[in-house]
Amino acid sequence: MPVLRIPTPLRAYTNGQSDVTVSGSNISEALADLTTQYPTIKPHLFNDGGELRPFVNLFVGEHNIKDLQGVDTPIKDGEKLMLIPSIAGG
Amino acid sequence: MLPELSRDEILRYSRHLLIPEVGLDGQRKLKNSSALIVGTGGLGSPVSLYLAAAGVGRIGLVDYDVVDSSNLQRQIIHGTSTIGKLKVESAKAKLLDLNPDIQVDIYNEPYTSENALRIAKDYDIILDGTDNFPTRYLTNDVAVFLGKPNVYASIFRFDGQVSVFYAKEGPCYRCLFPEPPPPGLVPSCAEGGVLGVLPGTIGTLQATEALKVLLGIGDPLIGKLLLYNALDMTFDFVKLKKNPNCRVCGPNADIKELIDYEEFCGVPSHDHEDDSAVSSVDITAVELSERVKTNHLMLLDVREPHELKISSMPNAVNIPLGQLAGRLSELDSADDMVVLCKSGSRSMRALELLTSAGFKKVKNLKGGINAWAREVDTELPIY
Repeated sequence: MPVLRIPTPLRAYTNGQSDVTVSGSNISEALADLTTQYPTIKPHLFNDGGELRPFVNLFVGEHNIKDLQGVDTPIKDGEKLMLIPSIAGG
Repeated sequence: MLPELSRDEILRYSRHLLIPEVGLDGQRKLKNSSALIVGTGGLGSPVSLYLAAAGVGRIGLVDYDVVDSSNLQRQIIHGTSTIGKLKVESAKAKLLDLNPDIQVDIYNEPYTSENALRIAKDYDIILDGTDNFPTRYLTNDVAVFLGKPNVYASIFRFDGQVSVFYAKEGPCYRCLFPEPPPPGLVPSCAEGGVLGVLPGTIGTLQATEALKVLLGIGDPLIGKLLLYNALDMTFDFVKLKKNPNCRVCGPNADIKELIDYEEFCGVPSHDHEDDSAVSSVDITAVELSERVKTNHLMLLDVREPHELKISSMPNAVNIPLGQLAGRLSELDSADDMVVLCKSGSRSMRALELLTSAGFKKVKNLKGGINAWAREVDTELPIY
């Protein structure tokens, strides 16, 4: 199953887990599985209308899903997914 | 015409001159170049030290802060002897000690929409070492409008990011992050902490990219983002593309001049403790010390459990902010409640959450437990 890397700022909502195994054949299904496993992360990823928030950057391998097919981007077994956070420390 | 190197400079830079990719001409190029470093903190420390050592002819430093003891765990350009001094002056002295042949120009002022274009226009590159979202968007937009490369790095706890945002040749910061996260989602280093060596690792990568760009050598991180995690010791790279809908560098850009970045991000453009005026939902530490003598108050501490070992208030109930939404049933909305954290930011978000859940008798401890330690219980440590 695909593995989703959780950035440090969002690990508070995944019981500290840095990598979460998710099921699904596309991004939409994988994120639905993530929010079923960890419901409190949902408002940080989706707006009230159920769309991914604009500041959320999700990469499949080294490609941003915004440059692919968005949440319809298909994913393969074992594929590495990464949520890339906005961080501002300096 | 590139400037010549003196006999002393040739000796100083001999290890550069031996590398064919740099050589005498490259070193003269560096002497002729200029770099503006926004922020003289964790990232600005190694970045400015290495650019000065490398012989970048003119370095600009922007910062309006003074050196504080809590900076020294990571801001290695400053020292115990410069606590209380202006950061730009502390840094300038160190840089000129390291390399008296360069010019260091200091700007002891906040980097704002009013002064940023004026400050940045005469530099070849801009390095983003700021500590907050408004200044990061400002730094990006200035670089786009002036057509300069923005060598970007940012850090949080064990995570670091590095890229070169250069709208002439690739994406800008806004292409990747069109909007900032909502206020409060991403803690600052002052709130969430940072491993002291992290800005060293990330800042030296940032300085490396800056030198490559100035020398015109190698393959800079244009269109690529480096992601580092110190705990896992992983370096990941992802590809970044220009966003055709980018509001500053896209073909239909609608942002043509600098905006109000604090309004855009919904947070102040600094990483300091809350210095805003006392609001109607606040209670000061001194007021709280009076109230607890006469009233029954429930104290709700929303910090992380490991922070309670540093300082704590007797009888406070601990529910970390991240867990609060799921644990509201443990609280009674009929209670008079005071919410606290380290310095008042997380507790304010907890208060907003509680208020929206119907809690009406909630106050925020202004300035957090650090204010309590300063004003009431002076035995308590401040962190």
